[in-house]
Amino acid sequence: MRAMLFVSNIMIPLLFVVIIVYGLLKKVRVYDAFIEGAKDGFSTVLTILPTLIGLMVSIGILRTSGALTALSSLLQPACATIGFPEPALPLTLMRLVSSSASVGLLLDIFKTYGPDSFTGRFVSVMMSSTETIFYTLSIYFVAVKITKTRYTLAGALIANFAGIAASLIITDLVFGR
Amino acid sequence: MKCSNNPSWVKHRLAMRCLYMLNYLWAAFILIGVVYAAFSGNIDQLTSGALDSSVDAVNLCIRMLGIMCMWTGLMKIAEKSGLIYAMSRGLAPALSKLFPTLPRDGKAMEHISTNMIANILGLGWAATPPGIKAMEELQKLNPDKTRASKEMCMFLIINLSSLQLVTINIIAYRAQYNSVSPQEIIGPGILATLCSTAAGIIFAKIMEKRRNT
Repeated sequence: MRAMLFVSNIMIPLLFVVIIVYGLLKKVRVYDAFIEGAKDGFSTVLTILPTLIGLMVSIGILRTSGALTALSSLLQPACATIGFPEPALPLTLMRLVSSSASVGLLLDIFKTYGPDSFTGRFVSVMMSSTETIFYTLSIYFVAVKITKTRYTLAGALIANFAGIAASLIITDLVFGR
Repeated sequence: MKCSNNPSWVKHRLAMRCLYMLNYLWAAFILIGVVYAAFSGNIDQLTSGALDSSVDAVNLCIRMLGIMCMWTGLMKIAEKSGLIYAMSRGLAPALSKLFPTLPRDGKAMEHISTNMIANILGLGWAATPPGIKAMEELQKLNPDKTRASKEMCMFLIINLSSLQLVTINIIAYRAQYNSVSPQEIIGPGILATLCSTAAGIIFAKIMEKRRNT
């Protein structure tokens, strides 16, 4: 399982080397291209700022009110039997429904429990291996006016539950509790 | 919606409602928070809780700005050098196994591979346009225009099983909250993503074999 952490540490440096060396080989002016691309990052972040403020305020209110903590302790008995960290349950369900609301809850978990706690690590891995299925499914099927979606939703749910279960097991094996 | 006289669109109005649901969720979070605080005696902290959160969001965006610009800059080099294109060509052998009936050099295959590479690299905003084009191309090959073809089901299940290998945004959030090692979740994340995608593909392949599903 140390190999997993090695992959984590090497991934971004490796991407830098591969992309830059490939760029140089193809005679791309790499620095100019980087600067051009970095400008795109501005608009991406600026468009998410209002969303983040809106959601962090609403979840901040929910957190300070004590409602989230009460919800966690309510879920505690059911979660404890399968070793699921109960503060992560609302986020795990929200993840399938709304991408931005789940980011709000994710940040709340980082703030309350810390990104390096078991819950913090689990939700990081879980967010990496799941998708906002209902929203994305709607967009794609509406675009081509398909109404009989057959087994797509079932398949997407199965894949996401596999991702959630795998995240729990892997986080446990790699980092421990 | 102008298609509202068609009963099969009823299902879709439900789907569209999903898109507006955030309005209700957002309102519910705040209202539940205020009411709960009033009863639990935490109402005195609520104002500063709300104000602090809005400032947190701005602080987070400042860090995100650096990390995301670095990422989009790096990806621009990969795009200009043709690396992203080369990678999507590299997907071809795997894709022809997943979509045996699609023409190998067809438009559908091209859009599917562009969409998948964008998802794998975490370029979510760049993945949707080729994804929709892929669906349009698959629709052209689809005999029944209201019923999803098995290629569409396979494509969407893979798409929705999460493909992203480096979740740069999660790493940025972890860094903002002072993680000792923000990147430590990349390896476990990749493994979990492989599990979810494998589960999706196996399920889709089993369903393809069955009739009338």
